Amino acid sequence: MKRLLLLSAALLATPVAAQTVAITNAKLVIGDGSAPIEGGTVVVRDGRIVAAGRGVAVPGGVETVDAGGRWVTPGIVAGFTRMGIVEVDGVDETADAGAKTSPFHAAIDIASAVNASTSSIPLNRAEGVTRAIVAPDTAGSIFAGMGAVIDLGADRSPVTRPRAFQFMEYGVDGGRAAGGSRPAAIAMFRNALAQAKDFARDPNHYADQGKEALLTRADAEALVPVANGKMPLLVHVERASDMLALIDLKRDFPAVKMVFVGAAEGWLVAPQLVAARIPVIASALTDLPNSFDQLGSTQSNVGRMKAAGVLVGLGMINDNEARQARLEKQYAGNLVALTKLPGATGLDWNAAFAAITSVPAEAIGMGDEIGSLKAGRRGDVVVWDGDPLELGTGVAAVYIDGVKQPLRTRQDALRDRYMVPQEGALPKAYER
Amino acid sequence: MKHIGLATVALAALVAGCASNGGGRPATASTKADTGKGKGPGAGKAFSHDPFPSTYKRYPGAPTLVTHVTIFDGEGGKIDDGSVLFADGKIVALGQTVAAPAGATVIDGTGKTLTPGIIDIHSHLGDYPTPSVPALSDGNEATGPITADVWAEHSVWPQDPGFSRALTNGGVTTLQILPGSANLMGGRSVVIKNVYARTEQGMKFPGAPYGLKMACGENPKRVYGSKGREPSTRMGNVAVDRQTWAKAAEYKRKWDKYEKDGGEAPTRDIGMDTLAGVLSGEILVQNHCYRADEMAIVMDMAKEFGYHVSAFHHAVEAYKIADLLKQNDNTCAAVWADWWGFKMESYDAIGENLALLQKNGACAMIHSDDENGIQRLNQEVAKALASGRRAGIQISDAVAWQWLTINPAKALHIDDKTGSLKPGKMADVVLWNGNPFSVYTRPEKVWIDGALLYDANDPKRRPVSDFELGQPGSGDVK
Repeated sequence: MKRLLLLSAALLATPVAAQTVAITNAKLVIGDGSAPIEGGTVVVRDGRIVAAGRGVAVPGGVETVDAGGRWVTPGIVAGFTRMGIVEVDGVDETADAGAKTSPFHAAIDIASAVNASTSSIPLNRAEGVTRAIVAPDTAGSIFAGMGAVIDLGADRSPVTRPRAFQFMEYGVDGGRAAGGSRPAAIAMFRNALAQAKDFARDPNHYADQGKEALLTRADAEALVPVANGKMPLLVHVERASDMLALIDLKRDFPAVKMVFVGAAEGWLVAPQLVAARIPVIASALTDLPNSFDQLGSTQSNVGRMKAAGVLVGLGMINDNEARQARLEKQYAGNLVALTKLPGATGLDWNAAFAAITSVPAEAIGMGDEIGSLKAGRRGDVVVWDGDPLELGTGVAAVYIDGVKQPLRTRQDALRDRYMVPQEGALPKAYER
Repeated sequence: MKHIGLATVALAALVAGCASNGGGRPATASTKADTGKGKGPGAGKAFSHDPFPSTYKRYPGAPTLVTHVTIFDGEGGKIDDGSVLFADGKIVALGQTVAAPAGATVIDGTGKTLTPGIIDIHSHLGDYPTPSVPALSDGNEATGPITADVWAEHSVWPQDPGFSRALTNGGVTTLQILPGSANLMGGRSVVIKNVYARTEQGMKFPGAPYGLKMACGENPKRVYGSKGREPSTRMGNVAVDRQTWAKAAEYKRKWDKYEKDGGEAPTRDIGMDTLAGVLSGEILVQNHCYRADEMAIVMDMAKEFGYHVSAFHHAVEAYKIADLLKQNDNTCAAVWADWWGFKMESYDAIGENLALLQKNGACAMIHSDDENGIQRLNQEVAKALASGRRAGIQISDAVAWQWLTINPAKALHIDDKTGSLKPGKMADVVLWNGNPFSVYTRPEKVWIDGALLYDANDPKRRPVSDFELGQPGSGDVK
């Protein structure tokens, strides 16, 4: 995160430029599934975690913050979102998620659309979300384009990693995008990857057939890293049989690194997911047959997959994914609630917290960069005033890349203006 | 609030009148065409107001005493380590200690919480059921901006799997099913008990008044503006509403005259029946509206035509006019905890909406409008409560529970029957396995009219709709 302190919104304070900090006396959560450490310390230097644990020494001259025994954790990594590319869903002019009439699909690179001024960024930051996996939406092809990983820092440089993955729809939406059926989607996939390999073999002689082509030159080029496994392929799929079909497909494309998104019926094929080593970014609380792809939905899905050995984190697909990643904390808490419910399978607290921090990062191959307080990771640290998964808990402080962040939002300003609804000496427009 | 009193009286008269009239049109309407003044059938008696009567009957339940339990009574009261007794479908007693009658089932509630069943004033279960396929999409008669003639109960599919989730995960015992918000006047709502039945009438809450779903703002103007017809603007919305109310007043005047004086019966208009019912106070207006300025206009429109808005639904800007809502016969606001930004008119939503309404003495409640949110309304209130407290608005847990039960009951005019644990009310009760404002808590048992209809410890007390029977995961814990 380069600190180009160019904030235009007057209500936001300028971040303090301090990338080296130590937080002591913390109930410290590493984020990797291990238990909280009482009396822990985390040290961030030059924007990266140096060390976290009990008995960690604070180097001399480092700004030290006493957490007073409060919870200190890595920031939330929002598993699947459209944050920063949509302001108001219902106002098309503000939405860059999908491109209905574009001739390009896989080549679409969402990074250029990410707008650090999108109001969902400060709002989710104030609730402890520090990074988000941002995907484009499909339109006219099973391939949506390349997604990015962003930070939620108050600066003008939101993109952590552009072109972090390719996103693809399968199931109902993928079949529709391919012309009306799942087999058509599979045919489209095979054709596209074959063309990507042709492109990779000899880019200078790849025949660009223009707008009428099934795959433009740019799309073929964009799929090369998918075909050779250098870029993960996130696939939205819900139905058990569709997951098996994709696992079959993967046998013909062994280099492709698939990550399933959604996976409502994942629990029905959990052993196969483990065998195929496919991570999942699941919707935590899907428990209704929203479509015929999700007849087997249950809130125990995540817990059952985890128990079977699947690497499973949480995401927000088709769930207010442009704005409400903050709800992942509540969702994770609900998975803990299931551990008290006879017959249900949930996650213990440590696994639930990992499912919204380190696991989504690992699922897209960025676990060495974000999602935990292990040494070397980005200095994304949140201090909470209680259990971060509990409903009443607020955020005391957020650091992104070691920089302490402003937490005031547009909503806070509205609240303050209308704390007393009646006008005073002047109209409300003068209160700010 | 005069309309509430009038409605209750009108309803009592209506139910009594209909019992003798049956479902059909009474003989008076066709045979007394030439009678003189004072020979009409009487107020509300010209035709049946209840052609699709409730056939709901409570299921049997054992007299039950829950002891050593934390109690939120639903009206702002809290008892620690208390007891609640219910029998024959009704709350019998609550207090620090209550004696168990012979043969009563006694449940130790240590560490648990007992509350009235949750009431969701805004649901589309049944008319927008899952699976969400067009074949089952029956919530919006989006073929004209005024469809006061449609009744949501004629769309409600009683096999919606969503009812079971609202019960078992959400502790919801009563819900209002509304038409959608494509139209200015979208049709009649229906209030149901969350008890599966073969027919919608088998779920229908006995004696609950109907609602009229109205909508202001973006939806009607978008739906009809895109078809090149009125309304395409907010001023068009109000114009069509007012023209329609003017016609309804005329319709009502003709029928009132006929019912009093007899003569030739006016022509029935099914939509106008509903609007005349609103003007007489028999049917409650449930008004989808987001923006503060529009709510203010709607309240004045209601005054112009002599009706009352029972509740504004969604009401994301209610906090801006909490004082106006209170002044207007305590018009209620039914809101979400933290939905925002999905459309322009939801842009100014804030987490303190409920708390600010409460602080200003306005009638406030949570609602879902969502098959997922309805499973976690207690959690939604917990979030709203915490937002308020962080802003310095101190509201107790027990007072906040009113947002889940007695306040929606009031806005539905069923607060004399359910919504709190007062002796004599329906035994609609949830036993939570902890503090219901904690994310780690779920319903353990749910009783409706004293019948145990969900028990987390007994898979046989877990409903499975026809649709889910024999499907993958049928009968699974959901």
